[in-house]
Amino acid sequence: MAAVLFAIVAGLTAASAVGVLVHRGVVRSALSLLFTLVGVALCYFLLGAEFLGAAQLIVYVGGTLVLVAFGGMLTEAGPFAGPRVPAVGWVVGGGVAVGLFALLASASLHLARPPATPDGPLPGVAALGLGFLGVTADPADRAFLFPFEIVSVHLLVVLVGAAYLARAKGKVRAPGAK
Amino acid sequence: MDLALPHFVLLSAFLFAVGVACLLTKRNAIGLLMGVELVLNAGNLNLVAAARYWPDFRLEGQAFAVLVIVLAAAEAAVALAIFLHLYNTHATVNVDDANDLRS
Repeated sequence: MAAVLFAIVAGLTAASAVGVLVHRGVVRSALSLLFTLVGVALCYFLLGAEFLGAAQLIVYVGGTLVLVAFGGMLTEAGPFAGPRVPAVGWVVGGGVAVGLFALLASASLHLARPPATPDGPLPGVAALGLGFLGVTADPADRAFLFPFEIVSVHLLVVLVGAAYLARAKGKVRAPGAK
Repeated sequence: MDLALPHFVLLSAFLFAVGVACLLTKRNAIGLLMGVELVLNAGNLNLVAAARYWPDFRLEGQAFAVLVIVLAAAEAAVALAIFLHLYNTHATVNVDDANDLRS
């Protein structure tokens, strides 16, 4: 049952990822990307990571993708006006991608087997949140306070930088202007 | 047949390869951003699959997947700010024409 579900979800994800690649218009690519991101979220649910699936849906599908679609609409010159990819680009890009996939696929088929697939659900939101706060009931458990701090500061810096970069257009001066 | 680690790693490898092809063929800056999103999602899928199938990664895989999601959102925000700035000054988002950020 799970295998059938995974086959359907993986097929949807892979097909829409190819759609992102072949569509020339930004909005159509963004629509394909929507299905890819939802497919990855469904894979998280299949793996039992409910919190990550929800976070993927909220942050990626609800936030990042809307941002990308808006950016595409704001900057697109007209329908289907994306630059045409030269044939040599398809040859080089496709060749590198096929070679990379062959390499990764052969490597993944020779992966070391996990010692024993653990039973039971994955640690839920409570364990994750306590881990991020550095609070663990058992001292042997890992805590992620330091990465959490790094990401927090990084997010702050990034948002300040993005606001500065996207500020009003009139502030920009020509190179020789006083 | 039960699901196992290689199934998810194969799907992740495919997403990664498609993302790299996107990065290599697209000349639209927004299209490049979508390629980066595909690559990051491929990495994330590997992390979560490892969290599910390796006993030592049950918490780590999920925690670092959350961090990657946050980093991807931040990266998209900065990249779009840069692209909008580029469009304001150059009226194009073709990365071949993007040599500077001043008008």
